[in-house]
Amino acid sequence: MATLTVARLRKRFANVEVLKGIDLAAAHGEFVALVGPSGCGKSTLLAMIAGLESVSEGEIRIDGRLVNAVAPKDRDIAMVFQSYALYPTMTARQNMTFGMESRGVPRAEQEAAIKRVAALLQIEQLLHRKPGQLSGGQRQRVAMGRALVRDPKLFLFDEPLSNLDAKLRVDMRTEIKKLHHKVGKTTIYVTHDQIEAMTLATRIAVMHQGQLQQFDEPAVVYGQPANMFVAGFMGSPSMNFIPAALSEAEGVATVEMALFGGGVARLPLPFRPARAPAGNRVVLGVRPEHMFRYADDLKLRKPAIATFEAPVEVVEPTGAETIAVLKLGERDVTGRFDPDGAPRLGEHMKIGVDMANVCLFDPSDETLIPRAAN
Amino acid sequence: MTLIVKTLTAMEPETPGWRARLAAWTPFLVIAPSLIASFVYVFVFSGWTLYISLSDSSMLPSYRFVGIRPYIDLWSNLRWKIAYSNLFFFSGFYVVLAMLLGLALAIAIDQRVRGEAIWRTIFLYPLAVSFVVTGAVWRWIYSPDVGIEHFVRGFGWSDFTFRLTTDRNLAIYAIIATGVWQSSGFAMALFLAGLRSVDPDLVKAAQIDGASRFRIYAKIILPTIAPIFVAVAVVLLQFAIKTFDLVVALTNGGPGISTTFPANYVYDLMFQRGQINIGAAAAVMMLLALAVVLVPYSLWLVWRRRREGRAYG
Amino acid sequence: MVDAAYEAEYLAAARTEARRYALGRIGVYAFLTVFAIIYLLPLFVVIANSFRQLPEITRNGLIAFPRSFSLEAWPRAWSHFCVGGACEGIHRNFYNSLLMTIPATIISSLLGALNGYVLSKWRFRGSEVLFVCMMLGVFMPGQIALMPWAFVLGHLHISNTLQGLVLIHCVQGLSFTTLFCRNYYISIPDDLVKAARIDGAGFWRIFYKIILPLSPPILIVTVIWQFTGIWNEYLFGVVFTDGAQQPITAALVALATSQMNAHAYDVTGAAVLIGAAPPLLIYFLGGKYFVRGLTQGAVK
Repeated sequence: MATLTVARLRKRFANVEVLKGIDLAAAHGEFVALVGPSGCGKSTLLAMIAGLESVSEGEIRIDGRLVNAVAPKDRDIAMVFQSYALYPTMTARQNMTFGMESRGVPRAEQEAAIKRVAALLQIEQLLHRKPGQLSGGQRQRVAMGRALVRDPKLFLFDEPLSNLDAKLRVDMRTEIKKLHHKVGKTTIYVTHDQIEAMTLATRIAVMHQGQLQQFDEPAVVYGQPANMFVAGFMGSPSMNFIPAALSEAEGVATVEMALFGGGVARLPLPFRPARAPAGNRVVLGVRPEHMFRYADDLKLRKPAIATFEAPVEVVEPTGAETIAVLKLGERDVTGRFDPDGAPRLGEHMKIGVDMANVCLFDPSDETLIPRAAN
Repeated sequence: MTLIVKTLTAMEPETPGWRARLAAWTPFLVIAPSLIASFVYVFVFSGWTLYISLSDSSMLPSYRFVGIRPYIDLWSNLRWKIAYSNLFFFSGFYVVLAMLLGLALAIAIDQRVRGEAIWRTIFLYPLAVSFVVTGAVWRWIYSPDVGIEHFVRGFGWSDFTFRLTTDRNLAIYAIIATGVWQSSGFAMALFLAGLRSVDPDLVKAAQIDGASRFRIYAKIILPTIAPIFVAVAVVLLQFAIKTFDLVVALTNGGPGISTTFPANYVYDLMFQRGQINIGAAAAVMMLLALAVVLVPYSLWLVWRRRREGRAYG
Repeated sequence: MVDAAYEAEYLAAARTEARRYALGRIGVYAFLTVFAIIYLLPLFVVIANSFRQLPEITRNGLIAFPRSFSLEAWPRAWSHFCVGGACEGIHRNFYNSLLMTIPATIISSLLGALNGYVLSKWRFRGSEVLFVCMMLGVFMPGQIALMPWAFVLGHLHISNTLQGLVLIHCVQGLSFTTLFCRNYYISIPDDLVKAARIDGAGFWRIFYKIILPLSPPILIVTVIWQFTGIWNEYLFGVVFTDGAQQPITAALVALATSQMNAHAYDVTGAAVLIGAAPPLLIYFLGGKYFVRGLTQGAVK
């Protein structure tokens, strides 16, 4: 059993506060992804959990034991680095046994551990090679092997896939997911790639400017982002933010927004916002995949559809889908369309928006306006 | 039972034991002796010499303060004035010539010549030879009896004269030439590394733009390695200021006192004439000359790093 | 028809281009050859003269094709020739230089590696400032430290001993070795040290298991630099030792500048070669790595 608790954690470098009171907890066997743009403090947080950075304030507990002042080697953790940090002068095997040797683990036990992990990662034939003779993916495996042989309480990953090319990255992502299922260790995984976070994590912690923005399951972080930062960061292309006004028409809450070339679109909401912000000004958040080419049968599949018309400015086919930029009022909105019936350049298109999936934000503090319980 | 005890103790907040504290101090303990030695060497020693230079020391150090009198004595001495003007004259020619020759050799070697390693070795080996040996050997080559003069006269040009080291107006050029022989390889090595570090795409772009080879060097390559010019100049300048053994072995300050250098003057006053305070004053002047070179250079380095930091950060 | 005209024009242009290229090549090689001769001349002169007979040298001059052969100068320079009153040749001074240079090189290189390791991988508050202070030592002129060293050596009772010179060269060399090792270790990723700390390795284990095995490129640079620098050093040698304790550079100066030996070209040539041989040997063996390491540090 291994849990991690981080409470009111702060980190200051000279006069700059890079972590401003982080609270985080990982249950046994959980896979927590720390995600955020570069400079958000996620790597510093990981380094503090590892004991590589000192704690300015707050506490870190592993399995309930306060480890603020415990040296990295005594925390019973293992870490996989972005650069892999394989010792260049040692073979893969020596890299993996280095930690056990430092701790004086008996030879036989070392051998058994190497055997077990090498089989698990399928790197038996690479053990005698040095890092310089390994490909990127192989280095990645050896680095994970080095972490696995010690059978630690806690697994830490620091952007382990960012040095791999796109295709290998997807493969290794799947590998890591499989591996986590097999060994079931509590894992903290730092990444700037929101797709990695979405696909791997049981819970995602989104960080920005030293603060935790949201800490929840992937579906919640994606569907009900706590604020506009999280909404914009998770998902690609990003969520569209459209300034709008909240009104009431025939007892139904409705969003009004300006159209290109004048005119107003009225989009009825299938839910009631829990509160009305000042002046009823809101920001409507629409993900690109919730926009469709309107057809009459759409209403049957998605009852909460609302429509507006907009000119098509840019069309970017990717094969599996077509990304299009539409003009709405003064701004551009991005939509993701099925290649069948994809938007055509210059077309004035009738768009159906699935209002069941939109978010409303308060423009004054950029937080999510929750939905009222029915 | 033990398990419970273990878990209980594990719940207590831990304070680091003496082992952990020793481990935390190890890096500092390791570096401390070197730090102290360097600190003493750099600050205490120069402070000490500075104090001596303001005292009435003669044969032995004395700590009676006499103000700047040793400096006045120093600057009223003809030999010191010659030494200081020699230093400026020598530094100027030596640095410029060594850099020009080094650059020319580097560019020539950069033209994908065959046997590059051999050329490089030939031009760089003098760096491994001491100034003492350099001076001794060139002393012979300059010597009228057996050196270049003898050699050229052997071809039948019987009134050819080549007497650098025996003419008090020319001896300084012998020192310059020999210094350039010793150091231009060093400049060559650094320039060559610089030329190789220029992004080849930059050169390709210039070629496509139709620039000639000369223009590519003058307008593209050399400006991008400008920092190396400064670095080489600074290193050579500080070699120049410290010039001592080369002069001892080549001309021994002569003919007369015409090739006295500050470093030789310091040595003479301290160990031959028993005027330690004036010798110390001369040493302080050498330090000052170094500071004049190095302080602006360090400031420039800091400034450049800041600017680059801004550009990329 | 039109094609042929174009082709002729093209060929003509190509021919002038080829001629210009060939001329350029010849120019480059001529330039390099001329300077190579100038650079090699002194080496040729000493080697040749150490094997020539003295009367022949005096007759034909130093710069001449050797027309006589003699091995006599070498044993004389090594063990019989009179320098400064003693007629023992320079073998004692040669051994002195070895006994001074080898320990000073090893000690200052090792300390430099340790210091560089601390200053790059175990930075603490103020370590950058301390580093800059240490670096000032690289530029200190030896003259300014002469009196203080005399005092320190006197009080440690190591005046006129090789130990005294070893101490001076260690302290002097520390700045340089530390600077180069630190700049080299900076380029070793910090992640390696972090990984090793998590793996349970401490300060020393990380040093000798991870950092030292990565160090040969920089240790070659510091060892060559220190060895040649210390071997070739003259000022401290002549100031702090005399007679039988002097290193080879001091003996060579005494030999080369004494009026009595002014015309003993053969013996002086052999002595000079003996005195220049160890650093030259080191340079020819490791020069390639030395240049690479030195220029890497300078270009960065």
